[in-house]
Amino acid sequence: MTTAEHSTGDGFGDAYIGLSDEDGDGRWAYGTGFDDPLAGVDTAVPDGIDGAALATYCLMLGDDALIYSQRLQEWVTHAPELEEETALANIALDLLGQARLLLSRAGSADGTGRDEDRLAFFRSKEEFRNVRLVERSDKDFAELVCRLLIFATWRLAACEALRGSRDPVLAAVATSAVKELSYHRDYAARWVIRLGAGTPTSHDRAQAALEAGWPDVDALFCPHPIETGLVGVAVDPGRLRAAFDATLRPVLSAATLRLPDAAPHARVDGRSGRDGVHTEEFGPLLAEMQSVARTHPDATW
Amino acid sequence: MVTTDAIRRIVREVTDPELPMLTIEDLGILRAVTVDGNHAVVTITPTFSGCPAIPVIRRALRSRLDAAGCHDVAVRTSFAPAWTSQWITADGRRKLAEAGIAPPSGGARVDAPVFLGRPEPVVPCPRCGSAHTHVTADFAATACKSLHRCDDCDEPFEHIKDG
Repeated sequence: MTTAEHSTGDGFGDAYIGLSDEDGDGRWAYGTGFDDPLAGVDTAVPDGIDGAALATYCLMLGDDALIYSQRLQEWVTHAPELEEETALANIALDLLGQARLLLSRAGSADGTGRDEDRLAFFRSKEEFRNVRLVERSDKDFAELVCRLLIFATWRLAACEALRGSRDPVLAAVATSAVKELSYHRDYAARWVIRLGAGTPTSHDRAQAALEAGWPDVDALFCPHPIETGLVGVAVDPGRLRAAFDATLRPVLSAATLRLPDAAPHARVDGRSGRDGVHTEEFGPLLAEMQSVARTHPDATW
Repeated sequence: MVTTDAIRRIVREVTDPELPMLTIEDLGILRAVTVDGNHAVVTITPTFSGCPAIPVIRRALRSRLDAAGCHDVAVRTSFAPAWTSQWITADGRRKLAEAGIAPPSGGARVDAPVFLGRPEPVVPCPRCGSAHTHVTADFAATACKSLHRCDDCDEPFEHIKDG
């Protein structure tokens, strides 16, 4: 995720450089080529917008994408078929792209100049602002597709509204994201229907998966003071519930699945993922995601 | 001193690393080229926000222009309006089809979570032209493509997604 040079610390240095060296002919797949994802974009914060609040909001949206991308990547080499693995890796890549833009936006809007790497790899667990839904591990493929359907439907509704944000960078990121998320949602919806309307076993496991994910749903629509304070910039998630329900209902109906009535997970002292209060499952995920960057803090790649 | 025409020609001929049969102009991601003396500004729009080809294209633009004697180059990224496969030129569509990749089918994407009882858009086979094809995977080797198979000639093929 950073501007990079090649390492020559091992015996394969020459061969590696041979493969990854810039030749202008685009042999990029062997190299790295990460650089500032907002290069050449005007990142000035418009007048009347609180830069610190905007940065926190971008972290919320960016962390949702980053952490969920990390969870999806865990399925690579574990998915039931190669095609599903490719699909999940592509969805994870889309979300990582969104996260890179949003984290970069956060670092520019709060005036600290922290880049995406600094924010992704060197914040502690309490500094992450993602909702808890995205940090849950999937017990089986049914949980994966049910959670993905919930996540993509919710985020799509949010991004559709954010296209009109007063922050032009946020509006631009949301515009690209809408196109991507509609594919993610459709992919998940087709699998939920295939499992739900499949065999008795797949139906029961899909229903159990939906029940397992449901207690995290209410928190997605619970407005945070940062969101309600950024009028015209952020979207109030409370206003997205109707669109979410309207999308989910026909999918669950086609899948012959019941809408769960499970109670939401309790908040801790009125606080939740958006306030940095996370589940036990989040620690190991974060430790793995940050381990290389923290072991070699000065490395470039 | 490199002429403005030469700069524009060099920029237009840079290819996409993932679809090397297409120039960035064919793909529709080249938004603008402005030249002021020996200073060139090239504006490009990524196909998808996670597209790993953008930094590579940026480097290719810089190095090609540098080799031609234009050393002062800025490459800007523009995210709005978002790229759509409708921006692929007629030339680009022809080159895709010649390479066995079905170009976008042209219709607007139906905004529904599933095609409940509705037919999926027809993607003709780029090899035999048959309209009897089906989707085998929604996502292919890159985020902007899906995988299909022809029911007549049985060939698998890629398709640039609509939208």
